[in-house]
Amino acid sequence: MAYIIQGETGDWEIVIGLEVHAQVTSKSKLFSGASTEFGAEPNTQVSFVDAGFPGMLPVINEICVEQAVRTGLGLNARINLTSVFARKNYFYADLPQGYQISQFDKPIVGEGELVLDMPDGSTRTVGIERLHLEQDAGKSIHDMHPSKSFIDLNRSGVALMEVVSKPDLRSPEEAGLYLTKLRSILRYLGTCDGNMQEGSMRCDANVSVRPVGETGLRTRCEIKNVNSIRYVQQAIEFEARRHVDVYEAGGDIRQETRLFDSVKVETRSMRSKEQAHDYRYFPDPDLLPLVIEQGFVDGIKAGLPELPDAKKARFMAEYGLNAYDAGVLVAERISADFFETVAKGRDAKIACNWVMGDFFAAMNATGKTMENPPVSATDLGGLIDLIGDGTLSGRLAKDVFALMVETGKAPAALVEEKGLRQVTDTGAIEAAIDVVIKANPDKVQQVRDGKTTLLGWFTGQVMKATQGKANPAMVNEMLAKKVLGE
Amino acid sequence: MSNLTDLTLAEGRDKLAKGEFTAVELTQAHIQAIEAKRNLNAFIVETPELALEEAKASDLRRRAGTNGAMDGLAIGIKDLFCTKGVQTTAASHILEGFKPPYESTVSGKLKAAGAISLGKLNLDEFAMGSSNQTSYFGAVENPWKRKSDPTAKLVPGGSSGGSAAAVAARMVMAATGTDTGGSIRQPAAFCGITGIKPTYGRCSRFGVVAFASSLDQAGPMARTVRDCAIMLGSMAGFDPNDSTSVNMAVPDFEAALTGDIRGLKIGIPKEYRPVGLSEEVAKVWEQGVEWLKAAGATPVEISLPHTKYALPTYYIIAPAECSSNLARYDGLRFGLRVPGKSLDEMYAKTRAAGFGAEVRRRILIGTYVLSAGYYDAYYAKAQKVRRLIADDFAKAFETVDVILTPTAPSAAFGQGEGSDDPVTMWLNDVFTIPTSMAGLPGLSLPAGLSSDGLPLGLQLIGRPFDEETVFKVAGVMETAANFTARPEGI
Amino acid sequence: MSLDKATVRNIANLARIEVRDEELDHLAGELSNIITFVEQLSEVNTDGVEPMTSVAAMTLPMRKDVVTDGGRHDAVMANAPEAEDGFFTVPKVVE
Ligand SMILES: [Mg+2]
Ligand SMILES: [Zn+2]
Repeated sequence: MAYIIQGETGDWEIVIGLEVHAQVTSKSKLFSGASTEFGAEPNTQVSFVDAGFPGMLPVINEICVEQAVRTGLGLNARINLTSVFARKNYFYADLPQGYQISQFDKPIVGEGELVLDMPDGSTRTVGIERLHLEQDAGKSIHDMHPSKSFIDLNRSGVALMEVVSKPDLRSPEEAGLYLTKLRSILRYLGTCDGNMQEGSMRCDANVSVRPVGETGLRTRCEIKNVNSIRYVQQAIEFEARRHVDVYEAGGDIRQETRLFDSVKVETRSMRSKEQAHDYRYFPDPDLLPLVIEQGFVDGIKAGLPELPDAKKARFMAEYGLNAYDAGVLVAERISADFFETVAKGRDAKIACNWVMGDFFAAMNATGKTMENPPVSATDLGGLIDLIGDGTLSGRLAKDVFALMVETGKAPAALVEEKGLRQVTDTGAIEAAIDVVIKANPDKVQQVRDGKTTLLGWFTGQVMKATQGKANPAMVNEMLAKKVLGE
Repeated sequence: MSNLTDLTLAEGRDKLAKGEFTAVELTQAHIQAIEAKRNLNAFIVETPELALEEAKASDLRRRAGTNGAMDGLAIGIKDLFCTKGVQTTAASHILEGFKPPYESTVSGKLKAAGAISLGKLNLDEFAMGSSNQTSYFGAVENPWKRKSDPTAKLVPGGSSGGSAAAVAARMVMAATGTDTGGSIRQPAAFCGITGIKPTYGRCSRFGVVAFASSLDQAGPMARTVRDCAIMLGSMAGFDPNDSTSVNMAVPDFEAALTGDIRGLKIGIPKEYRPVGLSEEVAKVWEQGVEWLKAAGATPVEISLPHTKYALPTYYIIAPAECSSNLARYDGLRFGLRVPGKSLDEMYAKTRAAGFGAEVRRRILIGTYVLSAGYYDAYYAKAQKVRRLIADDFAKAFETVDVILTPTAPSAAFGQGEGSDDPVTMWLNDVFTIPTSMAGLPGLSLPAGLSSDGLPLGLQLIGRPFDEETVFKVAGVMETAANFTARPEGI
Repeated sequence: MSLDKATVRNIANLARIEVRDEELDHLAGELSNIITFVEQLSEVNTDGVEPMTSVAAMTLPMRKDVVTDGGRHDAVMANAPEAEDGFFTVPKVVE
């Protein structure tokens, strides 16, 4: 179970801590009124505050504070009623003020936890060290010109929540599960859209290794700004192996910042970060201590949605789902809601099978999303109802489902239109049986002589004659009577 | 018409109201005065055309009856306030040519009140200095001369030296200043005018080039207490763009000038008699106490035991904040850029060429005291001492209503005198810095002349947001002092 | 405490201010004087004293989440010493 790197000198384990920068969902920036919309023309969503112009001052956005508290509550974390913004001083081309306004020794959110859903259905709790609010930097583009870097400040000042885990993760897989779960919680809370491609969720991974059995922490390296879960896993895997190789060759790991190259699938030292860091943090004199009331926190708490862990537990208890299915369904609020709409007043297991099976398959095949599903929850529920009341056989239902995906029509309408209703009229079935019996006297005789396995062949012929619409149970029952004369 | 430049703001306001002259006439008179006194180097940028346009608009407003509290009055703006479309430099090479696309809240409020700006006034570079000798655009000359040596050029004080010199020389009726450790009060004292640093948070810092954010405050500099009251009324007020601006109504400061200070207790701090305090200054201070006593107030000796630590505290906190505040001057988005082969080389060359010696020195000190391993010993320690200094004042104000001290330890000194050692130069602010550390209002007014014919100022310090008592006491003292002296030839 | 040349070089580097070698001695002397001057604070007993960050006796005011700014690319770029294609430009940075 445990992830072990087999080295020449023995077994090694990995120690991983993740720092996730999650863009706060807000209309305007943390300290200015400029828009946070993604994808605008360069330097168009920039206020003079974001560009660090002389005399410009920050004023905090209340929604960002609320979102940070909401996220803290979602991570079962301690909320600090008094927190302080500090300046982190360093020079960089996309850092217009020459400092980042962040939180240092007094973050808005303290210790919390996050539960990993392991693939075998078990869970594992990972500690959260803290969450703080800070401003994003702008963007430096290095590949537009042979001798110049281009600077776009649209992102400058956008609110970020930095969520720092404890060094509790032990494998690339756990790191992936952590990110998946964190993303899920953020999306449930509506505090971050979790879009890693657009950079609204970025991950720094702190990686070190140690021989199995050793308890202290060895020197870690920080891999900066990895923008997909898969890359994070690849980066950790590479970096851990590198550490083991260095140690086993008798070398030492130097604490440093590294960059992940997703093409070569390797990490390398960051030249621009080679200079010694001394951020000279101090409380930002332009901002007073951020003080929030317990009532404000309580109000946010009262309005929290049911979160994935609670929902998963409820799905297992209320609907009898297994841990795996429940875990998959609750990963996104929208899929959980979809399932509940389908399951409402119906057999939950059947609903679960349809959603997890045909529905997800159709979504993959059509490239559609939960936001714009191939079949609506109401229609899928309607289809299940048509099976329940005998209108459709399981086989017919699959055909109807395919037509629903194709046409977008409601199942009842399709049944009417295509005449797909299951035939339960005994007269009609009897007539069809009679035709088959009459045409195959020799086979009837073989059955009567004891070759009862041939009955299946008769069922097939009758279903064929009724274009599959005959109720298969009724066909079997009547065939037995007629052929065997029972 | 010839003495239009002699008018106070109050007189100008009343005479404009009576229609004795127009704003255009008043503005023209000051434009001529500015031209005549260019030798003082008080202005970095003169804006006569703009001013005349505004004056015309002011006269129209007056006719329409929509004039504001300072309509048509000629003022100057310290070149630390960003002014839309008009070069703003903070007297630094690094900002030369910078035209802000925005207006500072305070200068915007003055414009909204109808005041007419004649241009941008010289200062110490980034407001760092006490003699206006650190300006990239050259030193400002004090219009006052020593009787013993009328040829010597004296400093006007700093950092608001251009403001003080221009007001004293009748180039403008009043000017904005900013005060971080004494930059309104000390030059006011050196130039024989009145200036007040209001309570921290009273005036918005939005659009004012930052030096030390936890200390910087804007305030008026004028020739009378009443003028300061009028002008502060137009500068002050809550600004949602400044998180440290206080949401509090602005009182009618002028109405506080009742002339009645009977029963008020005046604190006289025993620690404000350091070695090296000029005897003449001490005498004027004693004279001030007598005036207030004669008007019915009671002097009370108080103790502000941490006074001597205010200066070292200031010289940790202010440079620390400045080292961070001035990081944005990196040659990237505005101002000077000196090319370099790499980004870091561009930064280092730009900042070495763009900042003068005093600014560089303070940035380095600030960087040092915040750096790893030193933060607690210097910055954190200074913040604790700062609290003790503020507590001293809070305790004193339990028994007294206002505190009277000298403004500066000496009269104006000569250009080039005593500027070799920065620490000696900093001693100029020994009486003004404690007030800044505590965020309290402090006013300086001229109280007499030295034997060499130079003005000497006294400082009145008030409770937080009690500028009214400060003005009231200052008004009484102004009457008693009857300071009518003016620089030779003005 | 006195600052040696290496320390001055280091803080000048942190502050991104170019200092020529021949300036270092003088600067180290000047800065050492200042540090010696401010070190008199060590005489003050500050046990149990809360550091004072701001004199303003209030807490942080907040603003509504409304887009009120941006959309003025030209004004933001107007003072730029160097720009291209709507971007600020600097000497190329190698990461
Ligand atoms: Mg981090
Ligand atoms: Zn961060």
